[in-house]
Amino acid sequence: MASNQSFAQNIVESGQRAAARSNTSAGTETRAGTFRIWRGMGASGQLEDYSTSVSEGMVVLDAIHQIQAEGATDLAVRWNCKAGKCGSCSAEINGMPRLLCMTRLSELDLEKPVTVEPMRAFPPVKDLVTDVSSNFRAKKRIRKFTPRPPDAPDGTWRMAQSDADRVQEFRKCIECFLCQDVCHVLRDHQLHEQFVGPRLLVHAAQLEMHPLDILDRTDELKESHGIGYCNITKCCTKVCPEHITITDNAIIPLKERVVDNHYDPIAKLVRLMRGSKSTDTGQGEAR
Amino acid sequence: MAEYQRHEHDVLVIGAGGAGLRAAIESAHSGASVGLICKSLLGKAHTVMAEGGIAAALANVDDRDNWEVHFADTMRGGQYLNNWRMAEIHAKEAPDRVKELEALGAVFDRTADGRILQRNFGGHKYPRLAHVGDRTGLEIIRTLQDHAVHQPIDVHMECTIVSLLKDGNRISGALGYDRERGRFKLFEAKAVVLATGGIGRAFSVTSNSWEYTGDGQALAYNAGASLQDMEFVQFHPTGMVWPPSVRGILVTEGVRGEGGILVNKEGRRFMFDDIPENYRGQTADNEEEGWRYTQGDKNARRPPELLTRDHVARAIMKEVREGRGSPHGGVFLDISWISSKLSNAEEHIKKKLPSMYHQFKQLADIDITKEPMEVGPTTHYVMGGIRVDGDTQMSSVPGLFAAGEVGAGLHGANRLGGNSLSDLLVFGMRAGKYAAEFAARQSSAKVDTQQADAIVRVALEPFDRAGGGEGPYQVEHDLQTMMQELVGIVRREGEIRRALDALKTLKERARKVSVTGNREYNPGWHTALDLQNLLTVSEIVARAALERKESRGGHFRDDFPEKDPSYGKFNIVIRRGANGEMQVTREPIPEMREDLKKIVEENK
Repeated sequence: MASNQSFAQNIVESGQRAAARSNTSAGTETRAGTFRIWRGMGASGQLEDYSTSVSEGMVVLDAIHQIQAEGATDLAVRWNCKAGKCGSCSAEINGMPRLLCMTRLSELDLEKPVTVEPMRAFPPVKDLVTDVSSNFRAKKRIRKFTPRPPDAPDGTWRMAQSDADRVQEFRKCIECFLCQDVCHVLRDHQLHEQFVGPRLLVHAAQLEMHPLDILDRTDELKESHGIGYCNITKCCTKVCPEHITITDNAIIPLKERVVDNHYDPIAKLVRLMRGSKSTDTGQGEAR
Repeated sequence: MAEYQRHEHDVLVIGAGGAGLRAAIESAHSGASVGLICKSLLGKAHTVMAEGGIAAALANVDDRDNWEVHFADTMRGGQYLNNWRMAEIHAKEAPDRVKELEALGAVFDRTADGRILQRNFGGHKYPRLAHVGDRTGLEIIRTLQDHAVHQPIDVHMECTIVSLLKDGNRISGALGYDRERGRFKLFEAKAVVLATGGIGRAFSVTSNSWEYTGDGQALAYNAGASLQDMEFVQFHPTGMVWPPSVRGILVTEGVRGEGGILVNKEGRRFMFDDIPENYRGQTADNEEEGWRYTQGDKNARRPPELLTRDHVARAIMKEVREGRGSPHGGVFLDISWISSKLSNAEEHIKKKLPSMYHQFKQLADIDITKEPMEVGPTTHYVMGGIRVDGDTQMSSVPGLFAAGEVGAGLHGANRLGGNSLSDLLVFGMRAGKYAAEFAARQSSAKVDTQQADAIVRVALEPFDRAGGGEGPYQVEHDLQTMMQELVGIVRREGEIRRALDALKTLKERARKVSVTGNREYNPGWHTALDLQNLLTVSEIVARAALERKESRGGHFRDDFPEKDPSYGKFNIVIRRGANGEMQVTREPIPEMREDLKKIVEENK
C-alpha cells in the first residue's frame, strides 16, 4: 500500500536535514579532550588529568567510561540507565551539579579541562561515588501513603486528571539528589539529620497533595523534618533535571500549610471541627 | 577461612526491580523475615526504564476487553510456546495487581470519568496499558520502593551475589560482596527468589544498563536449575541510532501507540508491505483507519506499526539491509506528522511523550514535535530464563524461585509490550508468597563455609594477577561485539558455530583478566566478575539458537526462515550436566486445557 508520497517525502527530507545537522553540529571527526577527575578514598584525594578522544554526540559519562577502559579500571562512578531516567550518575561538572549521562560534551568548552567531581554535600566514598544513604533514611521517617476508603465497590478510586497532574509533577522525581547536593543547608551546614532536604520535601508534598491520601504531616514537617530551615533560595529548582518546580510548587505550599496549622488557631479549630486536612493553599502549580 | 558479614533471612530476594520488590513485599506480608539485595541503589533498577505501560484487562477504555482476550493476545504474540498456565494466571491477576498499585499510591493517567486510563500497544487487541505518560516504570518502582521501606525488609544496597549456596539438593543461601568496601557477605536463607532481570549486556547494541549481565540465569544454571527458551531474545524495533554514544537507548512503543509512523528513505510507509497472515484480520489496510485506531475509534483496526515487536524489528532490518534506511542506518519514526490531524499537536506530544521529547532534544538535538527520529532495533529483553512451576514460580531446585525477566514461560517466543510490567507484579507476588510458604515449612539450612571460601578465592583471583593480564573491559567489549554480529537479530548455523568457538577463546581470556587497585568500589573488579555470567548466558543463548532450526518470534534463522510446526511442540531446555557440560534437551509443551483452547479459537 503506497503512502501519500508528497506528505511522506516531507518526513524524509526533514529527517535527512536533521541527520545532516547532527553530523555538523558536534563535528564528525574526533578530537582530544582533557578531563580533570576527582580521585580519592574517603575525604582525601586530588584532581587528576586524563586525556581521551571525544567524538560526535558524546556525554560526560561516555568519556568517563572510555577513561576507565583505557586504563583507570578502578575509577569509581555510579550509573545505570544512561538515559536520564534512574538518577544514579549525579556529579559536579565544572562545578555544576549535573547528570553525567545527560551532559553533552558539545555544550562544554573543550579548550579547557572538564572538571568532574563528586557531589560535595555528601560524605565521599571513592572517586565520584558518595554516601547518599541519609536520603534513604530520611524517607523512612516520612509517614507512608495512606488512602481514603475506595470510591467504588470494586476497590477502585476516581480521580480527575487535573488532580493527578499536580502530584504527577512531583512523582517525576528520579532521586538523583542533585537538589540535595546544591541545598546550602545540607551542603554548607551538613544538617542531614535535622533537615530532610528538597528531595524529601517533594516526596512529602506528593503525599500531602495526593488526591487520595488522608494523613496530615504538617506537624512533623515542622518538628522533625526541619522545613523551617529552607529559606527559598530556589537553587534546588534550578538544578532539577526533571524540571520539577521544587520551591514554588512543593516547598512553599507545604510551608503555608505548616504556618496555617501552627500559627492560625482559628483556622485550625475550624479544621478540627470539620475533620478535614490542612487548608488547601498549594495552588503553586498554576503555571 | 575468609571473614564474612553474616545475615540470616527466611526469604532472600535477589534483585530489587519491580519483581523483586513485589516479591519482598509479599514475603514480608506473609510474616517471613526478608532480605532484599539490590545490585545498585534502591529504586535504580531497570524497571525505571519501562516507558509505555502495564498491560491489564481493566476494560476502562474499551469494555469489550477481558482476561480471555488478554490471554489469547499473549499466546498469539508468543507463538504458542508460552507456558499457558502462566499466561492464564497473568491475564486473570494483572488487573488486581494494577489496582493494588493505586492503593499503594501510584497515580496513573485518568479517563474522563476518573478511572485509570489505558493506551494501545502492539499485539494487544484493545487499549490495555495503564500508564503514566511515558514513565510508567518509574511510577511502579517508586510506588513499590516507598511502600517497601516501611515494611520489615532488610535492604542490602549495592551488593552483588556471586554464587548461590546449597545444602545437599536444597538452597541454603547466597554469597555476595558489598560494592562499597568489597567485603564478602554470607546470606543464610531457607528460600531464595531470583529477580535479577535480563542479559542485554551480552550484546553491543542494547537498551539495558550495566547491571543486566545475566546474573540470575547464570546463578541458577550453576546451582543446577533448568533454563528454557533462551534462544528468544527480543530486539525492540525502536532504539536510538544516532549519535553513536546513545545507540540502543529505547524509544518507547508509545510513540507508535500515539500515532507515530515508520517511513523508509524513499518515503514509503513500509510496514503496510508485509502483514503476517495471523494478524491480517486485525490490521488496518489503509492509513486513515490506522490513525483512527490510535485515536480510540473502536471500529478501526490497528496500524501495522503496532504489529508485534519481532515482526517490526525484522521489517526495519530489511529496509536497512536493502539500502532503504536513514542516513545513520535506521529508519524514520515520525510523530510530528500528527500536526496535520490535531491543532494542538505540539502540546499533545509533549504531554503524552515527555521523556521522549527531552531525550531526543537533549541527546540528539532533535525536536520530535517537528522532525522525525532515526530508529533501529536494540537488544531489549530475553523471553527465556529459569524454568519454573507456573503456579508457584519454583525452579527445579527446591527453595529456588524466579520472577520477572529472569524467569521464563509467560512470553513464549515473543513478549508483547506492556506484558513485562504486569509479569513483574503478578509473578513477583506469587514468588514472594510461595517462597515464604516454602520457608515456613523448612528447618534452617546449613551454610557450608568451605564452599563459600572456595568461591571467595576464585572471586579474588583477578587481583592476584594484577598488572599481569589484560583488563576486563576489552574482553567484555569483544564478547558484546561478537554476540551482536553472530547471534544477533539474524542468525545462521555457521555463524552460531563460530560464536561457540569464539566463546571458548573469550573464556580463556576471561580466566586471565587482571584488575588493579583495591577491593573498594572497584568497577574493573566488578566487571571481571560479571563477565563470567555474561559468558555463561551467551553460550546458553548460542546453544539454544543452534538447536531451534526454524524462525519464530524473537528467533530468526536466515537458513530456516519459515516457522516449522514441529518446533511448536516443545521448549528448548538447558541445564548443567553431571560433568559440567551444557545439556540441551527438548521438553514437550503440555497439552493446553480444553477451556483455554476454546478461548484461543474464539479469539483467532
